[in-house]
Amino acid sequence: MTPSDKTVLDLDRLRARLKAGQGPMYWKSLEEVAETPEFQAFVDDELSAVRTPDWLDPANRRTFMKLMGASIGLAGLTACTKQPKETIVPYVRQPEEFVPGKPLFYATAMTMGGFGTGLLIESHLGRPTKVEGNPDHPNSLGASDYFHQASVLQLYDPDRSQAVLNRGRISSWIAFQAAMMQERERANLNKGAGVRILTETVVSPTLGAQIKEFLQQLPAAKWHQWDAAGRHGAFAGAQGAFGRPVNPIYQLEQADVIVSLDADFLSCGPGNLRYAQHFANRRRALTNVAQKERSKQDIQEGYQAGPDAPLRNQAASHSEEDTSPSPSLEQAKAAGVPVEQVTLNRLYVVESAPSPTGGMADHRFPMKASEVEGFAWALAAALGVGGQSGTAHKAIPAIAKDLKANAGKCVVIAGDYQPAAVHALAHAMNQSLGAVGKTVVYTEPIDANPVDQIASIKELVGDLNAGKVDTLVMFGGNPVYSAPVDFDFKSALQKAKWRAHLSLYNDETSEFCHWHVPQAHYLESWSDTRAQDGTVTFVQPLIEPLYAGRSAHEIFSALAGQSGKSPHDTVREYWQTQRKDADFEIFWQTSLHDGIVPNTAAAIVNVTAKAPAAPTQNPGQGMEIVLRPDPTVWDGSFSNNGWLQECPKPQTKTTWDNAVWISPATAQQHGVATGDELEVKYQGRMVTGAAWILPGHANDSLTVHFGYGRTRGGRLCDEIGFNAYQLRTSAAPGGGGGVEIRKSGGTHYFASTQHTQTMESREPVRIATLEEFKKTPDFATEKEPDRPVPKYMTLYPDYKYEGYKWGMAIDLNTCVGCSACTIACQAENNIAVVGKAEVGKGRQMQWIRVDRYFKGNIDEPELYYQPVPCMHCENAPCELVCPVAATIHSGEGINQMVYNRCVGTRYCSNNCPYKVRRFNFLSYTDWDTQSYYPLRNPDVTVRSRGVMEKCTYCIQRINAAKIESEKANRRIADGEVVPACAQACPTQAITFGDINDPKSKVAQLKAQVRNYSLLEELNTRPRTTYLARLRNPNPELGGVTA
Amino acid sequence: MTVQELEELEKPAIDPGPDHIVGAGFTNATVTDKIANVALRPLKSTPLLWFAGIAIAFMMMQALLIGSAWLFYRGVGAWGVMIPVAWGFAIVNFVWWIGIGHAGTLISAILLLLKQDWRTSINRFAEAMTLFAVAQAGMFPILHLGRPWLFYWLMPYPNSMWLWPQPRSPLIWDVFAVSTYATVSLLFWYVGLVPDLASMRDRATKLWQKRAYGLFALGWRGSTKHWTRYQMAYLLLGGLATPLVVSVHTVVSFDFAISIMPGWHTTIFPPYFVAGAIYSGFAMVLTLAIPTRKLFHLEDIITMRHLECMAKVMLGTGLIVAYGYLMEAFMAWYSGQFYERFMYLNRATGPYGWSYLMLIGCNIAIPQLLWLRSVRLNVPILFVLSLVINVGMWLERFVIVITSLHRDWLPSSWGEYHPTQVDWMIFVGTIGFFLTLMFLFIRILPAISIFEMREVLHHLRHRNEPHPQPSPSHGD
Repeated sequence: MTPSDKTVLDLDRLRARLKAGQGPMYWKSLEEVAETPEFQAFVDDELSAVRTPDWLDPANRRTFMKLMGASIGLAGLTACTKQPKETIVPYVRQPEEFVPGKPLFYATAMTMGGFGTGLLIESHLGRPTKVEGNPDHPNSLGASDYFHQASVLQLYDPDRSQAVLNRGRISSWIAFQAAMMQERERANLNKGAGVRILTETVVSPTLGAQIKEFLQQLPAAKWHQWDAAGRHGAFAGAQGAFGRPVNPIYQLEQADVIVSLDADFLSCGPGNLRYAQHFANRRRALTNVAQKERSKQDIQEGYQAGPDAPLRNQAASHSEEDTSPSPSLEQAKAAGVPVEQVTLNRLYVVESAPSPTGGMADHRFPMKASEVEGFAWALAAALGVGGQSGTAHKAIPAIAKDLKANAGKCVVIAGDYQPAAVHALAHAMNQSLGAVGKTVVYTEPIDANPVDQIASIKELVGDLNAGKVDTLVMFGGNPVYSAPVDFDFKSALQKAKWRAHLSLYNDETSEFCHWHVPQAHYLESWSDTRAQDGTVTFVQPLIEPLYAGRSAHEIFSALAGQSGKSPHDTVREYWQTQRKDADFEIFWQTSLHDGIVPNTAAAIVNVTAKAPAAPTQNPGQGMEIVLRPDPTVWDGSFSNNGWLQECPKPQTKTTWDNAVWISPATAQQHGVATGDELEVKYQGRMVTGAAWILPGHANDSLTVHFGYGRTRGGRLCDEIGFNAYQLRTSAAPGGGGGVEIRKSGGTHYFASTQHTQTMESREPVRIATLEEFKKTPDFATEKEPDRPVPKYMTLYPDYKYEGYKWGMAIDLNTCVGCSACTIACQAENNIAVVGKAEVGKGRQMQWIRVDRYFKGNIDEPELYYQPVPCMHCENAPCELVCPVAATIHSGEGINQMVYNRCVGTRYCSNNCPYKVRRFNFLSYTDWDTQSYYPLRNPDVTVRSRGVMEKCTYCIQRINAAKIESEKANRRIADGEVVPACAQACPTQAITFGDINDPKSKVAQLKAQVRNYSLLEELNTRPRTTYLARLRNPNPELGGVTA
Repeated sequence: MTVQELEELEKPAIDPGPDHIVGAGFTNATVTDKIANVALRPLKSTPLLWFAGIAIAFMMMQALLIGSAWLFYRGVGAWGVMIPVAWGFAIVNFVWWIGIGHAGTLISAILLLLKQDWRTSINRFAEAMTLFAVAQAGMFPILHLGRPWLFYWLMPYPNSMWLWPQPRSPLIWDVFAVSTYATVSLLFWYVGLVPDLASMRDRATKLWQKRAYGLFALGWRGSTKHWTRYQMAYLLLGGLATPLVVSVHTVVSFDFAISIMPGWHTTIFPPYFVAGAIYSGFAMVLTLAIPTRKLFHLEDIITMRHLECMAKVMLGTGLIVAYGYLMEAFMAWYSGQFYERFMYLNRATGPYGWSYLMLIGCNIAIPQLLWLRSVRLNVPILFVLSLVINVGMWLERFVIVITSLHRDWLPSSWGEYHPTQVDWMIFVGTIGFFLTLMFLFIRILPAISIFEMREVLHHLRHRNEPHPQPSPSHGD
């Protein structure tokens, strides 16, 4: 209402009215007396009191908007973090190489489990988005695993601790420093007698030096280390065999025969990426048998068995009349080796639960973890080492013979969780087989201070309980959750008078500390680390700490009285003291650029192993339990990582859960079905977890994994799974015998991505033993009565790919099933996480899945892994049925998905025989959490609800390479385009390239005789093909193969 | 019309038996009265069961509203669909409703051209049912889209993107087939209604009724000129609609047959889908006609003869469907194709084996009772059988869509589909919507074609066919 609408009051009339006593006796306003329409309306409107009177007033609305705008703007200003102080100037001139829209790569390293892996981080305008392996780094060789891939999600995790907390209340770094310095002053009085430091395994030379300096200043203080997933058995084994800690490094490229004693060296543990790659190199060295030349008649008829489609098409594109084999076929043939000369390395694996390493084994013997020692004794005895006969096993004579025949080209590897005796025996066997110096070398340990960590934390708990600890500072780790349960770390911790915890998350341990300091992620802070062979890498940050995180370096600097000294300066100064002679700036810049510090590998030591005297372990008759870090969330440090939670565990393909793994026979014996809740009782402690029947698991044995049953530490990890640490004692950190199970009556629902375990007589994975291969080299494409190879038939002429013709070959012979490709793809392509409920409904979004099949009997099956991305079929069934042309074929043969055009009929998915298409059934992408915005790859569309998506062969990378090549007016070189899956793959099982180029690696792989197409009988003519798996069983163990 | 006359019209009627297509003693006037009275009678003389029926149907319809509102809000994941079963209840229901919608056109068009006079009593009714069933079916393709607001991208329209639909996709053919069918069905139904709407206009006593019927009667005066042109137009529309009976479900079957999935990729699908559609359509006509004729005392207009004819059509089409099932099994074996054989065995014995067994029971085994005349003439059994066949035909679509998809080529991607609450709500809701429309139709419009009934009486008189003599109670 504008003022002009108001009735003008006739004051004279009002006076008269009041005088005459006609108006109200008591009146509130002149309007009331006048009984104006406005007043009447006001009285009539019951809701006037609750209505904002000026809501419709344009002038006030504007003011309101202005005020809001200003306050939001000002609030934004105050929220700005302090700008970094180090050399930063506005771009007066744009820095060289810095082009907006183009990523830059920086070398750094991620430390995990006591060793660092060199990485190259892709950074878009200062935002790290993707992790790649550093090819120059000895632990990576260009590959990475899913922990590395998912670490970038951890960086942006909104649940990470964001503020310094004092007794649960938000405080500040300054206040923490003041409190800490007070403790420091007090400690000075008694030389630090009550001061304890607890770290995880420290491999950073700088941090090691800082801690040692601190201990020099306070000689009575003590430094303890506890890494829940540490290699306690390996440490004790080396100690036992050599009397000192050493660091074994295996040279698997030199090994023809490998015996793994419960060692999953291909998928976890130090050097796994390097080992996987070397193992694969050896395995594939001499297998490139080219296809036989097809007969002329076959080609005239258009006979096509899928595999040589690319070559044939290419021949056709040169000249349609020319039916002779194309030159490329000849070349490919020439490149191959005669089939008689094909050799393979051989892997024997003895283990309790199937692992990716077990999947690669030519002979896999499931046995209880406690029986491995007996096996090792027997094997050692057969090799003339050790004084005990051990437990006889039918395979031992043949294995021993094989080892002896390959002396110097063989190696025995003991698993990290096996007791010291097994390690000592393995060392002794390697020595007697002449492997030392060839397939295994020993170096000085790379840890800053190698200790027996169980003894270390035991001492700490003892001191805590004795009241000797005044001040306890914990750097990383989560000991309340992960320390051996018999130590009752939680109550011991609370006896320390002043407790501080530096960690990424406000977790179970932080809850019981006076101070919690958010830790800087490795992508946020300077440090250094060492590879398994000792090579140092500088950890350089890619971004300022998102949540004001601090690194251990900063805390030690503050303790050393150098408060405010940046970790950058700390690391740099440390290395200046190490490299006095060199031109330091050049050294520093070169090392940062390359991601490795040259000549820092640990020194090789000459040691002589001595075999242990007597068995240390007697396998009991009853049920035993094996405790291991989880395949995907590790010791719990990745519990809040959606990518890793949703990454199907390589063995079970379950997500978002841990389970009690049990063998089919034992399950039958106890009447247990998958999903039954089991009460697992071990040494008087009990946890309740659901059973998962796993073929190939050892009988009378259970395997459970750490990392679940968290109670604090993020929104994703709470309340899922059960806490296996509740069963882990200091005496038996890897588990042991005397376990009882009882069904609790409840059932648990597992969200698995693969329900059918077997190939159902379809042979998506084609397998032959080496002998069969030599007999029938084309076994993979052989015609069988039930699988008629179709004639290549179409009414239309083939499309001629004049330019590039992209294709992929996946070598099943080297794929270890580690699933790094799945997570690398998720990181590269902004793939959403859907959660357990949706995975349970079959709605997971990962573009490349790793299928796992069992073959043979259920007790000792063979395991096969098969990564399945989009096949990019030449005759793509999906393209035909899309009503809106949202999925179409590109001129380079890529089956493209146009998200913007998709209306979501899902017909394409129905018609896809490979079921590689993924649909956004709901709005899976998190559009609201701001901290995820910078995570996303700006080159890939973020998909919204209701659209189909799938593998694109990383088309953004193809296009980036194309732009570069077109600038230089050349073709894209082979190997210039590497999709994320291939890049991460530790065994280089995935090869991508242009099949129009006969010299390309992928074309040559496709010309191999082992090459076959999945479901080739459908005549979809996939661009993604597979190289069949070869196995190399020992002929002497014919009847004993597992 | 006197009160006595009105009461007379609402008295229980006597079914003249299976040899007569109309009861005794009808004249042009009485047949008009009788049919028009169903719609024109005062509200208070509407059978109570009608109120109960529409109340239940209307409540069921709310499930559709709530279910689809949630679906639009939450996304298509509210359905139970997943990978590998990316089509679920939406497509099952779509095909089922479209199938039901086939009886109308068949009766109207093909039987018209074949001069089957028994069609007259049920054609209007069946056409309305067709229209309402197609309306239900038409909702599903949109409800099932991932981005339903973009459904119009399936239509060819000039746009700034210069993009047309992809003509090789059977879904595009579907758009044309179903929309053509819906349009022609609507026209056919409406054109057929015009003379009757004029009769209603003339008989209505209330002004608003006169106006409403008059508006839609398009000024029909019943002049000879009108009738001449009308007959020609109706016949032409019948000719136009005839191929649609075959084409729509053929095209719908292409949705499956064009794909490469075992269990879908079958050449027998088109004829067997059409037969199945007519089968289910007639079953639905029976399901609706039997209670209606009872409720509104129309036994002398929808006689046993009609019911028996429909039962015979069901038996015939049911046998074609049975042949289809048999051929699927035979071809699975005869092709020697591993995947086809597996698909068939899995269909019968896999996790959804129950649905296949029920399907065989409902669609093949039980309907064989129709061979018996006594069954065909037993109204309660016919009613139950029609329900059984409706269920069976729904199961057929369930079996085709779900069991073919859930275990296809690579065992690693096998999975199981479980319908959600939303799946059921929307399904039940469409039944409610359909029934609501049917109830309203019966009460508002002449459910039986008045002028065609008059024509039938006329023909009967002219041909001197055995026609019951007018009884004294019916006068002109």
